[in-house]
Amino acid sequence: MCISFPGRIIAFKEENCLAVIEVGGTEREVSLDLLGESVALDDYLLCHAGFAIHKIDPEEARKSLALLQEIIDNEIY
Amino acid sequence: MKFIDEYRSPELVSVLLKKIRKTAAALNRPVKIMEVCGSHTTAISRFGIRRLLPENIQLVSGPGCPVCVTSIKDIDEALYLAARPELIFTGYGDLLRVPGSHGNSLEKIRAAGAQIKTVHSALEALALARSCSDRPVVFMGIGFETTAPTVAAALLRAEKEKLENFFVYSCHKLMPPVMRLLLDEKALKIDGFLCPGHVSTIIGSQPYNFITETDRAAVITGFEPVDILEGIALILEELDSGVSGIKIQYKRAVNPAGNRKAQAVMNEVFVPATVDWRGLGAISQSGLALRAGFAFFDARKHFSIPEISSTTNSNCSCGEVLQGRIEPSECRLFGKACTPASPFGPCMVSSEGSCAAYFRYSRTIF
Ligand code: SF4
Repeated sequence: MCISFPGRIIAFKEENCLAVIEVGGTEREVSLDLLGESVALDDYLLCHAGFAIHKIDPEEARKSLALLQEIIDNEIY
Repeated sequence: MKFIDEYRSPELVSVLLKKIRKTAAALNRPVKIMEVCGSHTTAISRFGIRRLLPENIQLVSGPGCPVCVTSIKDIDEALYLAARPELIFTGYGDLLRVPGSHGNSLEKIRAAGAQIKTVHSALEALALARSCSDRPVVFMGIGFETTAPTVAAALLRAEKEKLENFFVYSCHKLMPPVMRLLLDEKALKIDGFLCPGHVSTIIGSQPYNFITETDRAAVITGFEPVDILEGIALILEELDSGVSGIKIQYKRAVNPAGNRKAQAVMNEVFVPATVDWRGLGAISQSGLALRAGFAFFDARKHFSIPEISSTTNSNCSCGEVLQGRIEPSECRLFGKACTPASPFGPCMVSSEGSCAAYFRYSRTIF
């Protein structure tokens, strides 16, 4: 029940209170009531129990993966 | 899928394992790391992470499954409410098969005619209340800080719409108080916590400060194999070089301040209260009750629930499993009298329960 998952915004509904997101080929609707920041089409949202709870930060994701890749590239281990 | 597949890369997994082995060897002592999120427990079992770690690194599961930590008294009261013919009872599907004191479960009483509907969200229960305005609809709210704001948001809507037939039976719980209790437990000797990623999406990193103040490590960690191994690597690094504050591995989903809007919604509706946890007893300020302003929606206040004498089955070791004192396989009923097909205790019922996760994924190697 505690599952949270990332989904990409493909549309907005009900005066932007709801986002339609795509998760692995299926569509779901999530409420934006708990999100403090503004979101746009193609943003990724972390969703839980019918609500978006976070806008995923692609820059943070890229940075931390790049750090790990650096370890591989420099053969540190 | 984006933000999932990258975190299952075999190349990254292998480099992180090398890193873990190196630091574990440098530490050269037994290290106990506890995960306190049911989704971590499931992911660790599913990806076989325990088997990949060096011998001196032990991962133990804590009280992270919301269904499992719900007290038997709460389950018995839910059964009482759900059996009342005038109302419709709703909750997450994981709750259905949890046995109460007297051999019943929501699934059994539903088969006998009780109006029980499973939902994926409090909003679904709210929609049901809107469409059946002549009948009370009760939603059983379980879960930690990730889930509580979703229920609070549903209640704010119910208030706005002046719905008079929507009620919440709140069994919500808070993570930091129970982590503090386990940390203080001398016999457990926890060296570090994999802090729950999605609880932290809401609460941020500050509420875990008490962990690093006692020189134990705390890393807020995501749920894919690369996340979990990086979380473990960071914990070992901290223990090796000296603990220096809470670390966030799961930066794509967690800000240090958390989700302030969700915090505000949760605080508007709920107030911390002392509540009972299965196997752990009453823990001060570790649960969420509805605030006085929302008493109208409180199922405990609206329906008179009689005193029920609750008893847990003494053969089930869920209490010890939830505290990380024993592994599920050390319970003598595990895999014999107790299986997911015929569960004895809640830890075998919920998909996030430690017993279910160990049963489903670790048996294949025997
Ligand atoms: S195996 Fe079954 S009986 Fe044993 S602790 Fe787990 S849920 Fe309880």
